[in-house]
Amino acid sequence: MPASSLNKPRDRIRIGCGAGYAGDRWEPALECVERGAIDYLVYETLAERTIALGQLEKLRDPARGYNPMLEPRLTLVLRAALARGVRIVSNMGAANPLAAGEAVLRVARELGVAKLRVAVVLGDDVTEQVRATAAPLMENGEPLDTIKPTMVSANAYLGADAVAAGLATGADVVITGRVADPSLFVGCMLDGLQWRDDDYAKLGQATVAGHLMECAGQVTGGYFADPGFKDVANLARLGFPICEIHADGAAFITKPEGSGGAVTLATCKEQLLYEVHDPARYVTPDCVADFTGVRFSEKARDQVAFAGGRAAPRTATYKVSVGYRAGYVGEGHMTYAGSGALSRAKLAGDIVRERLALRNIQLEELRVDLIGHSSLHGDVSPGENAEPYEIRLRVSGRSRNKLDAAAVGEEVQTLYTNGPYGGASDFMQVKEVVGVRSILLDRGRIKTEVRMLSL
Amino acid sequence: MKLREIAHCRAGDKGNTLNVSVIAHDERDFRLLQDQVTIERVRGAYGALVKGNIERHELPNIGALNFVLHDALAGGVTTSLSSDPHGKSFSAIMVAIELPEPEVAYGRKINNA
Repeated sequence: MPASSLNKPRDRIRIGCGAGYAGDRWEPALECVERGAIDYLVYETLAERTIALGQLEKLRDPARGYNPMLEPRLTLVLRAALARGVRIVSNMGAANPLAAGEAVLRVARELGVAKLRVAVVLGDDVTEQVRATAAPLMENGEPLDTIKPTMVSANAYLGADAVAAGLATGADVVITGRVADPSLFVGCMLDGLQWRDDDYAKLGQATVAGHLMECAGQVTGGYFADPGFKDVANLARLGFPICEIHADGAAFITKPEGSGGAVTLATCKEQLLYEVHDPARYVTPDCVADFTGVRFSEKARDQVAFAGGRAAPRTATYKVSVGYRAGYVGEGHMTYAGSGALSRAKLAGDIVRERLALRNIQLEELRVDLIGHSSLHGDVSPGENAEPYEIRLRVSGRSRNKLDAAAVGEEVQTLYTNGPYGGASDFMQVKEVVGVRSILLDRGRIKTEVRMLSL
Repeated sequence: MKLREIAHCRAGDKGNTLNVSVIAHDERDFRLLQDQVTIERVRGAYGALVKGNIERHELPNIGALNFVLHDALAGGVTTSLSSDPHGKSFSAIMVAIELPEPEVAYGRKINNA
């Protein structure tokens, strides 16, 4: 029988993180399951616009629209997880949680698993409610109507209560669409420790825990190393984090023994503030968390305890991400090397600008970057004094029209025989762009439900 | 002295807003960060990259400051033409900020002298 906390609240649980974004490494999840003594494994795989892209895929094929790495990820861990009673929670359902649930069953069958229960959490897709709404966009205050005509998706960030409802069924695997990243973890705590979803003293700590965990390797030494200043050992074998949290709220972050990376005060502090604005008001669907009282202490090697997470009651609204078609981006690259590389790359960029104007190519925005010189930090870069040996020209432009966007790359490629001497290694592409804006929707407009699938 | 010698930083994005944390290697240097890593210095370092307000939040418990830089990601992650739409590289600007030589710095990583 799979472990279920339904009848048996525990005094402590351990949660592992199996992925911090859609394309994350695969094997660290298995390491958490096999050597982390975990009760729950959480995969967080949804970036801002992942669902909108999934929705476009679902329009092309109604059986898709969920994370395409769901099958390989679960094929790797499912048997090991079931054998140890580790329950899996993931938002890999993306734009099509039900199809993702079916995919989990297919993986189980292929692995020869005899019994499996999958809970699919629905309700985040609020496209219909949003069509009937006129909320202003949070980013710029403009009316929703400015993007409604090309809207492709609208998904509310569901909270920990929805995840806990999935787990309360006793399911081995819980699949969701959009859920706020920390809430995936907080839901496991509500389930395992039987915390109430309005116990804000606990939700503060739980949200700190979820926030530290949600980006996987970013708290165990990833996105951190700076040789000579912040050295991290064995990043090729980076271990993913495990959070142990007790019923009284005491908690620490660690990682599987023998894995690479490091859990230190410094890695935890950096992740605490990652993507945080006002640290006293971190808004999630579960609460408004306050990180300013958090303290860390190093308990042992690769084991950092945290305390002092607080929270105020949740807001009356859900945040909703609205995906919309925002045209096309065309891009072209060309590399110049040796004497005068910078001047030749600049000349090449000027030629492309002039060509696009001559051809009356319709672009909403055009950008010319000199990679190796100033592409990331623009005017803040050292400038003419720092001429590297190689410069890569990158020209990008956004257009409503795919052909016009494509012209950007074409005009870079034709530099070979029509531009300055010595261009090499050209590259071009055109991509449809899905933009994302946010609105707030009253909680009363959203109903979540859990659907069971089983073998 | 570069900020990098006494503090470490991480950049994160939300839409068109960037945040960059500044965390003392040694919590006793928090006062130094409070005094020296001012909004004006940060604005000077980021120059034209940041078009909006800059907020500074203090977290004395962990010896850290958190800067919120509005309108800093060329329109936002999803539609930006930037090759770093998330601003992942933007903490490198913060750590390079030049600070006056302090009398005492507890958590200094290297001495550039």
